[in-house]
Amino acid sequence: MSEQPGKVDAKLGANVFKLDQEPHIVIDTETCRTVCTRRVCLQVCPADLYETNDQGDMTVNWEGCLECGTCLICCDEKALRWEYPRGGFGVQYRMS
Amino acid sequence: MEKVECIVVGGGLAGLVAAYGLAREGVEVMVLERGNYAGAKNVTGGRLYMRPLRRIYPELWDDMPFERPVARELITMLGDGAATTVELASERLSGPSPQSYTIQRAKLDQWLADKATAAGAMVVTDMKADELLRDGERVIGVRAGGDEVGAEVTIIAEGVLGLLSGGAGLREQPRAADHAVGFKEIIELPPGVIEDRWRLNEGEGAAQLFMGDVTRGMTGGGFLYTNRASIALGVVVSMEQMRTRSDELESWELLDAFKEAAQIKPLVRGGELAEYSAHAVFEGGIDKLPRSYGAGYLLAGEAAGFALNALVTVRGMDLAIASGWAAARAALAARAAGDSSAAALAVYERFLRETFVMRAMEAGRGVPRAIENRRLFSEYPGAVARLLEGFFAVDDESSATLVRTSLRGARREFLKIDTLKDLWSLRKV
Ligand SMILES: Cc1cc2nc3c(=O)[nH]c(=O)nc-3n(C[C@H](O)[C@H](O)[C@H](O)COP(=O)(O)OP(=O)(O)OC[C@H]3O[C@@H](n4cnc5c(N)ncnc54)[C@H](O)[C@@H]3O)c2cc1C
Repeated sequence: MSEQPGKVDAKLGANVFKLDQEPHIVIDTETCRTVCTRRVCLQVCPADLYETNDQGDMTVNWEGCLECGTCLICCDEKALRWEYPRGGFGVQYRMS
Repeated sequence: MEKVECIVVGGGLAGLVAAYGLAREGVEVMVLERGNYAGAKNVTGGRLYMRPLRRIYPELWDDMPFERPVARELITMLGDGAATTVELASERLSGPSPQSYTIQRAKLDQWLADKATAAGAMVVTDMKADELLRDGERVIGVRAGGDEVGAEVTIIAEGVLGLLSGGAGLREQPRAADHAVGFKEIIELPPGVIEDRWRLNEGEGAAQLFMGDVTRGMTGGGFLYTNRASIALGVVVSMEQMRTRSDELESWELLDAFKEAAQIKPLVRGGELAEYSAHAVFEGGIDKLPRSYGAGYLLAGEAAGFALNALVTVRGMDLAIASGWAAARAALAARAAGDSSAAALAVYERFLRETFVMRAMEAGRGVPRAIENRRLFSEYPGAVARLLEGFFAVDDESSATLVRTSLRGARREFLKIDTLKDLWSLRKV
């Protein structure tokens, strides 16, 4: 499963992203640690952006976000502050 | 506060068609689009059903940028290590007035933005609307990029997530049970290879839909659309079923496994990945639609829930376009009456009913429940294959006649009360 790191990264590498300074997804890691038991974000994100770090906290590599909103909709605990990137920033689809 | 007659939030199909319809009648209209260009944020499967649209602004479509008219339809059931395909090539699919075209959103949306601009609309890109401005119940404009802009009518065409309208309480926040997620790869292939692989005449296209193993029994399916020099290969899967799995399967793995399946591999052979995209789709059906109007605002396109997921095809673009048309009509009526109250804007519902939007949503009423049925996506694709394998089998014990073997297989696989119930629930699809 996530034992194949980079598989989705390679796909994201084909995309054009215009990166902002500030993340557009902020995780309430406290909620993830103390309340959430399932961590569905790890499973549902089509870009495989969610990870658990060494301290056991949730992290998100928001730079590769495809802006689909699946994590926001699926999060059990409403632990995400998720908004669209600032105007002009984020993914720029050319052929989809 | 600066003021315009109408603001449109979102330069997707619904928003741009609404803006075009208003601008051509001389209304001062401003579209706010968060993308760097119209279409930069938009993902579709790839096929626009054109026939219902020709009556909407007939002058608009002549030079629409499309990839290929769909001349060949294929439905493939994958199960039990086998693929069974039903295929239709018909003059009535393509012909002089094709039923559907494959398209790419970056091209289609920019073309529509140009049409709206030429008609007099102001399309502002790189501009995210951050908040709806309210005066009590009434929507009076938006805040965007640090400025406030007022409008008599605000058309909210922000797409499926409805972050602005949901945030303002004009509709519910999206729920996993009513949505699917779709993700796809654009894989480049030379036009001639595409035509050979799908047995197409020059310039014609194919649409191939997949059900069964693609989604491991979850509601959804795979799709493949041929563009001019690429194919769109993707998976759509129920968010609720994905998030409640007991194993550790990750969504993106579905597409990789699909691409690697023995029956799919030859279709993508030699292709180069050019883009990977993902987007949510609404599949809650007519019973989950929000109220689409109120004082000073209208909801159009998928922000209003106008999309249909019928078994393996998703339909939303034609509904977005038609609802954009209806929204423009409603805003024009409100302007003529000098009244943009909720009561005045209620004509929107009448205009929606005049188009095919509500008929299509109505016809899809039973679909959400019918497609929740996992037998459709797990058992049946394999059963069909086994039945045909029985039909084609030649072995030492096949003394029985072909017909008898097949009948016996069919009885075993399909003569169950559940199957009859499923057939009944599918009559709507
Ligand atoms: C994988 C997949 C396959 C599909 N296949 C098909 C298909 O084959 N045929 C079909 O007909 N339909 C299909 N659909 C459905 C169809 O793509 C959608 O229903 C349709 O695109 C909705 O159009 P829209 O104009 O309502 O919204 P969108 O196309 O989503 O447009 C919304 C626009 O608003 C902008 N926006 C959002 N918020 C803001 C903001 N705050 N400020 C400024 N701008 C904002 C966005 O950038 C975007 O341009 C598919 C969908 C998916 C995900």
